[in-house]
Amino acid sequence: MIADIVISGLINGSVYALLAIGFSLIFGAARIVNLAHTAFYMVASYCIYFATHKMGVHPVLAMLVAIVLVTLIGLVCYQLFINPIREHEAAVLIATIAVAMAMQEIMLLIFTGDYLSVPALVMGYLRIIGVKIAYQQLLTFGVALLILAGVWAVLMKTRLGLAVRSTAQDREVANLMGMNESRVAMITMAISVGLAAFAGAVVVPLKVVDPHMWMHPLIMMMAVVVLGGLGSLKGSFVGSYILGLAESLVVFLIPMGAFLKGSVALSIMIAVLLIRPEGLFGIAFEEER
Amino acid sequence: MKRSKFLLSVLLVACLVMAVGMPAYAAKVIKIGVIGPMKFVQGKGHWNGAIMAQEEINARGGLWVGKKKLKVELVKADSNEFLSMTDATNAMELAITRHKVDFLVGGFRTEAVLAMQDIAMDYKKIFIGCGAAHPELCIRVAKDYKRYKYFFRGTPFNSRYLVKVCFIHMGTVGAILKKALNIPKVKVAIVAEKAVWVDPMIAAAKGFIPKMGMEVAGVWRPSPVATDVTAELSAIQRAGAHMIFTTFSSSVGIPFARQAGELKIPAAQVGINVEAQKDGFWEATEGKGNYVMTMNTYARGVERNELEKRFVEAYIKRFGEMPTYTADTYAAIIYGLAPTIEEAGSLDADKIVAILENREYAVPSGIVGYMKDAQGRHLHDLKFGPRYLTSLGTQWQDGKLVAVWPYRWKPSKEAPEITYKGIVPYKIAPWIIEEHKK
Repeated sequence: MIADIVISGLINGSVYALLAIGFSLIFGAARIVNLAHTAFYMVASYCIYFATHKMGVHPVLAMLVAIVLVTLIGLVCYQLFINPIREHEAAVLIATIAVAMAMQEIMLLIFTGDYLSVPALVMGYLRIIGVKIAYQQLLTFGVALLILAGVWAVLMKTRLGLAVRSTAQDREVANLMGMNESRVAMITMAISVGLAAFAGAVVVPLKVVDPHMWMHPLIMMMAVVVLGGLGSLKGSFVGSYILGLAESLVVFLIPMGAFLKGSVALSIMIAVLLIRPEGLFGIAFEEER
Repeated sequence: MKRSKFLLSVLLVACLVMAVGMPAYAAKVIKIGVIGPMKFVQGKGHWNGAIMAQEEINARGGLWVGKKKLKVELVKADSNEFLSMTDATNAMELAITRHKVDFLVGGFRTEAVLAMQDIAMDYKKIFIGCGAAHPELCIRVAKDYKRYKYFFRGTPFNSRYLVKVCFIHMGTVGAILKKALNIPKVKVAIVAEKAVWVDPMIAAAKGFIPKMGMEVAGVWRPSPVATDVTAELSAIQRAGAHMIFTTFSSSVGIPFARQAGELKIPAAQVGINVEAQKDGFWEATEGKGNYVMTMNTYARGVERNELEKRFVEAYIKRFGEMPTYTADTYAAIIYGLAPTIEEAGSLDADKIVAILENREYAVPSGIVGYMKDAQGRHLHDLKFGPRYLTSLGTQWQDGKLVAVWPYRWKPSKEAPEITYKGIVPYKIAPWIIEEHKK
């Protein structure tokens, strides 16, 4: 049973990690709490569904198109709804949730509330210590690790990464040093939304596509980033696996309460926050000020 | 002059009173409110069924109400009940107060229908429920007949009978597995979404499975909207289940079937999976839902009576898909309400209730008769049994949803075997045979 719990936890955690990394990135770099993050993941899922089922496009090509399209939509949303009010964090929160709701309603109008799905990139499964794992799940796990490595490399090894880190540390000083802080924020937003779309592309064959599919991941993703520490990529990554494992534990130890797995994960987040308000890897609020 | 002004005023007031307060039976149309989650398949079924009934009635000029022939007008009320109970009650209130509907059909989630039922009863409007299965909806009729007599169950039969049919399906498939795979004692995993209508079914299943000579391998209760159930599936396989008794009315039925198929979980799925009743299930599971069995109302090729084939074919021709059970708004209107209104010669709810509760009439899925409780009180709940309604057991077999039950079903020891026209034998998934024949 331990093997089941660990493996299921790692797979669940990878899905959350894929979503949380992008969310954490835009918060860490531009202090934007983008509550529409998982709505972009939902839109990407619909794009892939439409391309594969209605246009007969190959799933990989559909994924690429969806990522580009959703990134563009994300940039338009950023320019129209977020950038003008960026200085007002509460307004950004409200604006992004409104954008998410609007996207949900648009999808509901176009595709109705029918439950849809998209094909897996790789079919079949393998057994690890007697536990069956679908190849698509393994792919998600591998991609989550790759994405984290990629994001870390961009942040640490490139000039863009240096700019992102600088603006994250101090926007005014970064501006004085000649960096176009607004442009950096926009590029970070594009990467973040692109990651959400990418997460959608990889994860969606494991899920059901419907207009409300963004809500539960949003809650879990928020829990992950708060647990790991707002803006900390490492924290988001670790937090994802902690909550993934917590969910698995609930299913295996309290099968009658399997529906509680989300609540248990959120309770863990609250417990951690009570002990360590800045999250596992976050910067203490006092220090930040 | 003064007098003529006074008369004119009286005339105007009289016109106003007549326009506002005109009783429904003097209207030019019969308004039927169709309430359901219209952006979802269940609501679409409600609406499609009602549309067919309306077209059929209006094509013959309408219904005789006394000496007048009135056409039927439908009012679409989107209850959005999957997402908001408030939306559901508002939709009901709006249909009655603003659109002035005479009758209501539809509703899906028990939690929402209970609330909507109260509103309909407040206004003494006949409401035929076409979706919710909880017995409480009809127990209310017996307990407080004066208030709740305007509610009738249209479909499905109550969850006690749903569970009874599921047990029959379980027993049938259990016997097939036992014989084909040489299993001494079949283990059953109970997997039920967390919803009110399922609670009595789980309690019954836990008690009844051992009585059928099988063993309960465990109970899992995922969220109705869970999108990943691989952990549950791993646990079910670890528990050594040969059969999974599913009770799903929500989206979880898709990931469950899909992931079980993807991972080739060696346990036969039997029970209720509302998503598996739809034509779109095959595509939604990318074909991984093969061999899933679910209780159902309609299936292609089945003919229980002469009405069924006509209805199913007409529905497929009109909407391009199989009707699901919420499309029984058709039967509720055309075989339930319409003849009763004509017999009553009035739209008066009390007169119609008095006739409808005593009627027995054929519908595409069998015969509708209304039950009374042990004390002889009207329940307005549907009668179950070979003479009335039995439902079907359907299984996905290589992309086709075929009916596999009743197949040589003996309702009692003395009763003759029942096999409806168009029923085919049940198939065991090859990976189950492979796993258990080792």
